[in-house]
Amino acid sequence: MNWRDTFRTATDAVRSHRLRSVLTMLGILIGISAVVLTVGLGQGAKAKVQDQINELGTNVLVVSPGSTTSSTGSRGGFGSASTLTMQDAAAIATKRAAPDVTAVAPVSTTSVSLLYSSTNWTTTLTGTTPAWKTVRSRGLTEGRFINAADEQRAAAVVVLGPDTVTQLFGQVDPIGRNVVYNGVQLQVIGVLAPLSSNEATSNNDLAIVPIATYQQKLIGGSTRNAVSSIYVKATSAGTLSGAYQETDALLLNRHQITTATSADFNIATQQSILSAATSVDNTLTVMLAGIAIIALLVGGIGVMNIMLVSVTERIREIGLRKALGARPRLIRRQFLVEASILGLAGGILGVALGVLGAVLLPQFSDSRVIISVPASIGAIVMAVGIGVIFGVYPASRAARLAPIDALRSE
Amino acid sequence: MALSPEPDPGPPAVIELIDVKKTYRSGTLEVEALHRVSMRIDENEFVAITGPSGSGKSTLMHILGCLDVPTEGTYLLSGHDVSAFDEEQLADVRNLFIGFVFQQFNLLAYMSAWRNVELPLIYHGVHPAERRERAFAALEKVDLGDRAHHKPGELSGGQQQRVALARALVTEPAMILADEPTGNLDSASTADILDLFHELNEEGRTIVLITHERDIAARAQRVIQVEDGNLVPAGVELLATGVRP
Repeated sequence: MNWRDTFRTATDAVRSHRLRSVLTMLGILIGISAVVLTVGLGQGAKAKVQDQINELGTNVLVVSPGSTTSSTGSRGGFGSASTLTMQDAAAIATKRAAPDVTAVAPVSTTSVSLLYSSTNWTTTLTGTTPAWKTVRSRGLTEGRFINAADEQRAAAVVVLGPDTVTQLFGQVDPIGRNVVYNGVQLQVIGVLAPLSSNEATSNNDLAIVPIATYQQKLIGGSTRNAVSSIYVKATSAGTLSGAYQETDALLLNRHQITTATSADFNIATQQSILSAATSVDNTLTVMLAGIAIIALLVGGIGVMNIMLVSVTERIREIGLRKALGARPRLIRRQFLVEASILGLAGGILGVALGVLGAVLLPQFSDSRVIISVPASIGAIVMAVGIGVIFGVYPASRAARLAPIDALRSE
Repeated sequence: MALSPEPDPGPPAVIELIDVKKTYRSGTLEVEALHRVSMRIDENEFVAITGPSGSGKSTLMHILGCLDVPTEGTYLLSGHDVSAFDEEQLADVRNLFIGFVFQQFNLLAYMSAWRNVELPLIYHGVHPAERRERAFAALEKVDLGDRAHHKPGELSGGQQQRVALARALVTEPAMILADEPTGNLDSASTADILDLFHELNEEGRTIVLITHERDIAARAQRVIQVEDGNLVPAGVELLATGVRP
């Protein structure tokens, strides 16, 4: 009996016991689709974080205010201080002090409500310098970015993110029109090009004004010289760590701090943000994959269970086949092939369900799912493997049955 | 037990049992189902093995059918000593030399008639095209050529048993071993099947028919009667059978 006959016999048996085959497959199907979807979600989350970090621009350091120690000796958390100033940003920008830095953009942000005619939209108001465009590697679809002259005059001009424009203006061309914040008319001079990411991020919804305008006309207050963060762009990927050290030394010096551990600022690289974010994602992925593997294991035990039932139910068939001259080896092979056919079918359907989930899931939540081909093939191989592994015991039980006992059973 | 080849001429023996003993063990209890049975069935014989239930008739049938091995003694099937064969070899022997017909028909419900008939040829390693041809020829032989594509559920009991007979024939076995083949059939189908056995016997087939019904046993050329694990001597056997054809 060759493999083709074995295969045909097995498919006949699978087809002729339809309900049982479907139930057997179901366990594997659920397990495999869980695995595929989990891996896809994990990869999607990673890609999403990667995208968001890439949206910062390339070779960028983010300096944010750190904690301060008050006169009573208690330390505030990171970000609680407003220790970074325009002067810090200017100092980092000097070529002599920091040769590895190519551009510096101090940034101050606040959430504000902008008004155009009767439309109201809450967005992130960002006060920054013309260098921001270079540092964040952004382009414009319309108009121009803020320039040094705007900065000098504290001009009442604004560059809007693409999503902000859609929300405020709809189909109207925003260039030259005014939006109102807090009674101040700001003329729209440019629209940022959207970032490629699918998700709505603050990178596509923002309003940029010259930092002088931000501080003098719009927000003001006692900390008008302070900035929320400073973006520093290194000359190249190779000089990123040099830029890091120069910035660090410069700020420690400027803030008259002698020990690096008590620094009142924090410098993050894309890499450090990425690894922090992905470590969370990895933990989640491992946990979900664990659940998926348990689901698969349960599916496998289901296969074994139903194959054992199948052996018991088909004792007469096994007996007959043996009486007609089937060697024990062939009986074992037939049941193994049956189990792996069930595994294969369950695996393929499972991957299909996983792909369907990957298409549907983003419609209902903002999670991104990336189905990888190697992972899907791996999942199918795994499904067949499970069929075979959990089919071994029932198959050898079937092979060991004595033909007369098998024939006698009613 | 070493055995020299058949000394006597005449037709070659299909079956030769020499001092065959079979003991079953259930727990500590040992039951001797066959006590030192010796017998011989020649080619082209039509033999009925009969006896009441519990007589050892089924045990004898299992040993003859190579479904079980004797505890002691020698079984020569077409000259091969099969008493010491392992499971794989026994499977091959069953495939090559024996065509089974069972009381329960034992057809696979999910396969059409010709696929059922084809089964033993699959295990014999016959090419698919030839298998199909031979299966259809065997069905033709039992007058079921037009029912080849029917599933067993769509056939009457008598037709199902004829399919089973076709399956037994398809390998051209040395003997056809039928275990109560008419036990589940009405009288018309019974006569039908018995006629078919006779027809096959006339064409030269060796047929061993196990039955507990005397009138069915009576249609065989020779009756071997089993009682309490022994064969009843020939004289008594003749008396039981009455007329021989």
